[in-house]
Amino acid sequence: MLTKRIIPCLDVRDGRVVKGVHFENLRDAGDPVELSRLYNEQGADELVFLDISASPRGHETTLETVTRTAQEVFIPLTVGGGIRSTEDMRKVLKAGADKVGVNTAAVKDPELITEGARRFGTQCIVSAIDAKRVYEERDDRYMVDTPRGRCWFEVYIYGGRTPTGLDAVEWAREVERRGAGEILLTSMDADGTKDGFDIEMTRAFCTETSLPVIASGGAGKKEHFLEVFRETGCDAALAASVFHYREYTLQEIKSYLRESGVAVRD
Amino acid sequence: MSISKALEHLGAEVAVTADGDVIKGSDGAVLPGVGAFYDAMRQIEHLRDIIGGLEDRPLLGICLGLQLLFTESEEGGRNPGLDVIRGRVVRFGGDVKVPHMGWNSVHIRRDTPLFKGIRDGSYFYFVHSYYAIPEEDVTAATTPYGVEFPSVVVKDNVFATQFHPEKSGAAGLQLLRNYLDVVVNSKSI
Repeated sequence: MLTKRIIPCLDVRDGRVVKGVHFENLRDAGDPVELSRLYNEQGADELVFLDISASPRGHETTLETVTRTAQEVFIPLTVGGGIRSTEDMRKVLKAGADKVGVNTAAVKDPELITEGARRFGTQCIVSAIDAKRVYEERDDRYMVDTPRGRCWFEVYIYGGRTPTGLDAVEWAREVERRGAGEILLTSMDADGTKDGFDIEMTRAFCTETSLPVIASGGAGKKEHFLEVFRETGCDAALAASVFHYREYTLQEIKSYLRESGVAVRD
Repeated sequence: MSISKALEHLGAEVAVTADGDVIKGSDGAVLPGVGAFYDAMRQIEHLRDIIGGLEDRPLLGICLGLQLLFTESEEGGRNPGLDVIRGRVVRFGGDVKVPHMGWNSVHIRRDTPLFKGIRDGSYFYFVHSYYAIPEEDVTAATTPYGVEFPSVVVKDNVFATQFHPEKSGAAGLQLLRNYLDVVVNSKSI
């Protein structure tokens, strides 16, 4: 049967992995290629590179690492971060990525998704949505009951720094209509807390769109992965530090999920 | 393109081409494919006779490349395919999410050289919205997704996978290695 995917995310700046990466068996923990190879061997189902380079030269360097990764790691690779145009998409796909993640630029100009899907195919376009809870009753927003009260979810852009006022669930419906193939949903509330994924939010997106949803933000324990797969219809879970700091290996998480009755690839 | 990178990684010499003479001069061919059925058919229409008449030269179709081998597809209306294998291509229906995206199990129904060293039930990576219904006995493996659809078909020297072996990690590379062995062996005959 179709398995749930576990996806390590690498933040890459100027061709190097940033945020702490603690692996004794790596010669160079900052090399995205080497880390990708290790995660592949451990059973990662896909890889995501988030390019946080600030300069055009930095983006170019990151693209070179995409090419080197694609030459030796043969699982799906999504690259996002700083994608502003279909030309940027083309470069990333040509470098060897299988899918391209779009976020801020698509919020500012949704045609980017339509045009990208038309040129490169729906399966290539991942809509990355950063969203944060707003505990405020509104009749023009998609409201959800949570243990902490009723809230809606607001889209944030520029790496989670800038609120937009947009209803994230409505935005997800729009990206689906425009031809996105998948949603990478990051909870700005949960991100970095290690307290678990935002279950209510993930569930809302899985119910309100028919696209595959990758849950992101908040993974700290193996139980969190089980919870998000049990409690929501999400297809995949993404995490960074839990793998980088070697709190768990991918095998440990997958064995735990398998023993708990979740179908995962061995 | 990922498939050429994977084949090169395995030591093959690869030319990405739409030139019939180059294909005729090769030891084996791969028909990949992304995008829509009709557009892809238009692009390979001029190769119809070559692909249909590869004779002893092995061919590996991947994803849309599998679907193109069939008589017709319902994608985008009703469009004729290469008709190397009798059958039609239909869209997933019912309760499943479309596209079928991710790692799913491949259950071997018939032994072929492609499966050497690959365990029954191994996982491969899929991305597709349509699947083939063969009208001849070509199904070598099946995968469950609402229906049990053919994920590997084999007819003489024509092999095809609905999944992407070039994105399926170690199992995928093993399958491609097996295909290259088929190519090398058919050359020496």
